[in-house]
Amino acid sequence: MIAAPISHRASMSLQDVSVEIGGHLALSNVTFDVEAGTLMGVVGPNGAGKSTLFNAIAGLLPVRQGTVTLHRAGQESGGLAYVPQRESVNWRLPVTVMDVVMMGRCCRLGWFRRPGRRDREIVKACLGRVGLWDHRSALMTELSGGQKQRVFVGRALAQEASVLLLDEAFSGVDVAAQEALVEVLQTLRDEGRIVLLATHDLTNLTGRFDQVLCLNRHVCACGPPEQVFTPEVMEQMYGAHGVRLTTDGER
Amino acid sequence: MVRALIGAILVGVMCPLVGSYAVTRNLAFIGDALAHAVLPGIVLGYIVGINPAIAAVPTGVAVALLVRAVSRRAGLSSDTSIGILFATMFALGLVMLARSTTIKVNIEDLLLGQILAITPTGIYVSLGITVMVILGLFTFHHWLLFASFDPLGAQVNSTRANVADYAFLVMLALVVVIGIQAAGIVLVLAMLVTPAATAYLLVRRFVSIMITAAALGAAAAVTGLYVSYYLNLSAGPAMTLVASGVFALALAFKRRAPA
Repeated sequence: MIAAPISHRASMSLQDVSVEIGGHLALSNVTFDVEAGTLMGVVGPNGAGKSTLFNAIAGLLPVRQGTVTLHRAGQESGGLAYVPQRESVNWRLPVTVMDVVMMGRCCRLGWFRRPGRRDREIVKACLGRVGLWDHRSALMTELSGGQKQRVFVGRALAQEASVLLLDEAFSGVDVAAQEALVEVLQTLRDEGRIVLLATHDLTNLTGRFDQVLCLNRHVCACGPPEQVFTPEVMEQMYGAHGVRLTTDGER
Repeated sequence: MVRALIGAILVGVMCPLVGSYAVTRNLAFIGDALAHAVLPGIVLGYIVGINPAIAAVPTGVAVALLVRAVSRRAGLSSDTSIGILFATMFALGLVMLARSTTIKVNIEDLLLGQILAITPTGIYVSLGITVMVILGLFTFHHWLLFASFDPLGAQVNSTRANVADYAFLVMLALVVVIGIQAAGIVLVLAMLVTPAATAYLLVRRFVSIMITAAALGAAAAVTGLYVSYYLNLSAGPAMTLVASGVFALALAFKRRAPA
């Protein structure tokens, strides 16, 4: 079965991280810390560097300067799981829900071992946790947007990851399905995992997330959602439109 | 005829097995490119007097690995790198063929295949490749599935995803070498793509697609061989037309909705 919750405790620290893409600075001097057991929303306009930040943390992009440090509780704690934007996934490949969650076991299998009874039990438990065991034989293309995201979370669970990065996980997902996804993510947070979720959606962040990172190529603010959305921060992220959003909200 | 039958079955099974990944990963064109790109290896084989299938193996593997390396280094898309390497290597093969005075091979046989003339060495090479590719598919299947479905997620999970991607290109190059002997440079693509595409229309899951594609490929190759034998045609075009006919039937009665 899935390892005890304590093994998933991890903390993460980014110090002065800058990332360059095609000669342009996509992220500049990004510094923030995430404690174990944090559900963090990463918000910002298009081109703010949310995906770049995730790619840098995941090691998919080189960091020009600065450091990304992941502190894990122990040897048994899992690694980092990445849930990409839906455009990065090859939906033409006809894989089932079970197949996708089993992919999370790949790194535990090695080259020559086939998935065994323990792997199947873990996959079953993970699918149960994300509420999709009854859909195990469905093709991924037959699921709704919210269900697809929960499958990817199930895969991260099967991987026994301590840190989950979900890029634009609310995109194309209705409010009820967002709520179901957040509920699952909150249980992972409660086990000590770090969950970072990039989103465009600024509504309903309070109550859902512990921390919000406001990003626009640099860190505009980082803290509890009820504190970060000041007019100054909104202006840094969205210009004059951002200030209007805040003042409208206050009215 | 027995050798030709064995060769046809090997082509019919192995090309669609690897081709299933190529079709679902939108990499069908690379199979065609590899088939053209091994021409210098084949010509070199004739020049130095070794079996052309043996000579084609390192050429195919080298080009397959170069495609990825050139894409990464130049920041170009895979199909652009494939286009450059395919044209360059095929042109090199044609120049080598034109300049050589010792080669007595019909260019049509190279382009369209001549399975009835397959040598015992050609069969041994195909059998060796079959064993290697089946071992490769067994070893890399889970990683290939992961990397094919979610390349970024797989890369983050482990560097093994990259190794699996390279292994896939090598396996593709290897089955192309088997395919060339039967279907020729021009038509090997049909054996890689058509049975896999037919199976994609007929069955749901990826593993079922691989198995169905292998069965359809073997049936098309054997039927095509007999048709070519009795109608005195080249085997490559006959196999291709049989496979395409089955695809047309599947298209008419397909159950899969467009992705």
